[in-house]
Amino acid sequence: MARGYKYFEAIEKNAALLGVLTLVMVSLGGLSEITPIFVEAHSVAAPQGVKPYDALRLAGRDIYVRDGCYLCHSQMIRSLRAETQRYGAYSVASESVYDRPFQWGSKRTGPDLARVGGKYSDEWQRQHLIDPRRFVPESNMPPYPWLVDAKIDGATITERMRALRALGDPYTDADIAGAAKAVEGKTEMDAIVAYLQGLGVLNVAKAAEAPATSGAPASDNQSGAGGKR
Amino acid sequence: MQPTYPKETYNDQIVRLFLLAAAVWGIIGMSIGVYAAAELAWPELNLGVPWLTFSRIRPNHTFGVIFAFGGSALIGTCYYVVQRTAHARLAFTALANVTFWGWQLGCILAMATMPFGITQSKEYAEPEWFIDIAVAAVWVSFGVVFFGTLARRRIRHIYVANWYYGAFIIAVGLLHIVNNIALPVSLDKSYMVYSGTVDAMVQWWYGHNAVAFFLTAGFLGMMYYFVPRQAQQPLWSYRFSIVNFWALISIYMWAGPHHLMFTALPDWVQSVGMAFSLVLLMPSWGSAANGLLTFNGSWHRLRTDPAAKFMVLSLVFYAASTFEGSLMAVKTVNALSHYTDWTVAHVHSGSLGWVAMITIGSLYAMAPRALGRPAMHSNGAMELHFWLHTVGTLLYVVSMWAAGVTAGLMWRATYPDGSLVYPFIDSLIAIKPLYVVRWFGGVLILTGMVVMAWNLWHTAADARARLIKPIPVPIPEPEPHQVPAPLPAHG
Repeated sequence: MARGYKYFEAIEKNAALLGVLTLVMVSLGGLSEITPIFVEAHSVAAPQGVKPYDALRLAGRDIYVRDGCYLCHSQMIRSLRAETQRYGAYSVASESVYDRPFQWGSKRTGPDLARVGGKYSDEWQRQHLIDPRRFVPESNMPPYPWLVDAKIDGATITERMRALRALGDPYTDADIAGAAKAVEGKTEMDAIVAYLQGLGVLNVAKAAEAPATSGAPASDNQSGAGGKR
Repeated sequence: MQPTYPKETYNDQIVRLFLLAAAVWGIIGMSIGVYAAAELAWPELNLGVPWLTFSRIRPNHTFGVIFAFGGSALIGTCYYVVQRTAHARLAFTALANVTFWGWQLGCILAMATMPFGITQSKEYAEPEWFIDIAVAAVWVSFGVVFFGTLARRRIRHIYVANWYYGAFIIAVGLLHIVNNIALPVSLDKSYMVYSGTVDAMVQWWYGHNAVAFFLTAGFLGMMYYFVPRQAQQPLWSYRFSIVNFWALISIYMWAGPHHLMFTALPDWVQSVGMAFSLVLLMPSWGSAANGLLTFNGSWHRLRTDPAAKFMVLSLVFYAASTFEGSLMAVKTVNALSHYTDWTVAHVHSGSLGWVAMITIGSLYAMAPRALGRPAMHSNGAMELHFWLHTVGTLLYVVSMWAAGVTAGLMWRATYPDGSLVYPFIDSLIAIKPLYVVRWFGGVLILTGMVVMAWNLWHTAADARARLIKPIPVPIPEPEPHQVPAPLPAHG
């Protein structure tokens, strides 16, 4: 062993060799785990009938991303009994194919939102975002009243949809042409509520037959956000 | 015949700048952390201001402490260590200055944009594309300065601390670039080229290895130089450090998927991630043991030397939090711990216990030498800092651990008929008092940092008066064959 050491010694005395070998060793793990998933990802298609985010929901999603909602809310129901009981069917890969970046989250200071769409009325979501403690006095969620006043800019959304199409999201020319009109006069509050109401509804297969809007059933306000169901 | 070298001095000016930056960023980053912690306990504290809201400032806390504070401490100590172990002045003085100003500019840009919603919303990689590009450029310059200095070293053998710093530079560059590939739409917005599951895998490959190479390998480099220095003894086992190095850097990169257990990530990747996370315990404990055993025979120094105390406790926390990390990567445990404050407890036992303590210990060891003083200004202030930091960290970690286990158990509790016992809000009500304890722990830690800054300020009196004389580089006798002592023949 002591004799074999001289080969090893070469690494310890040659900075370039040490650097190259370090690069090789640190690359193995990532290559082995990311490459197959990257290849496989092309075979994961969106569920049947699921289209990329429409203009208003995309604007809402960008607000969700901007305001860092992922820091307290996950969008990933794990395949565990207590989770599916509380939040609904466990999340699958196809549901987040249009998510750039993914918003699975890593912490639940508040409840999971992967299937929050349709659980509460539009008006409940609106009032809850303006003042979370109005419905849930013990909540520690910050209020977001300024969303009510901020308007969505049509040109920005059109630009963003073009960028997403360049990355491969199947937006049609009509989708992009109609984007500015779709968000005209809408506030950031309208957008984020539209986004939330689509979560677990418009990104899953059965959504094609029954699009959920304000007609969705409202849960009881007593049990608070994400109360058991 | 001794060859003649031009007279050379160490470049400690750049080290002093990074030392100052680390102290300032440490206080800024931790202040934001204390405020964010207070908001979770008292949500009214966002005062109706968007950029003071928890969800906007939490990335500022993590970026501020990891990259601004940790990064400045790492680059500063790296420049100090590589010069001392190579017996050479830092290469490319101008480029080294670029790395200092560039890194500070990158940190300021990131800290100034994130609270205004200019963020990629990928944890620990929040800054937008134009900051990412600037940071990448600075990082490459850092690599050039570091490897350039190694290239002009006068000691043939590259000391192990430099291996860790080297791996830290190479891997973090790789992670940063791959994880931030995005298509810019405008100055303040970009979309990732990855989506959904692929983005999740890339993000946690990055996120986990930011911990591995930024918060572990870099700080192990610090440990391998400053622990033997402070213990005034050689490293317990040099060979052992070699084994641990190669094991650590290759295994860590596989462990990322343990952040995505029971998710939509393919099951085989989750299992591979878990397996490698368990194996990872070996090199982690190996490194911790090597550091701790280096103190064998000089444990008495703990009575008088606060820097040594910080180092020893940091290694204990390192061993504890890596054990906890492997434990949490076991699927059964992860089912309980994930999404709860247990994760927060784990991160902070690693960052406050291991990373901050080894940094503070190393800064206390390095500062007098870099500032041309025989010792720190006040020993009592170092003692005070040690106890503030230790008690604060324990309060933080224990309260968040209790909060995590409580919430995890409540989320899964069922009645005999199988229905859930608690609505979500009940778990928040149960752990809210613990959020107050955590905040108080943070206050103690922040107070300790202020004490350190005061102490450094007074230690730097000569530096501020520009009285410091540069330290000449000792020119070693050229030795034809500098190797560690060979092993005994029977192996």
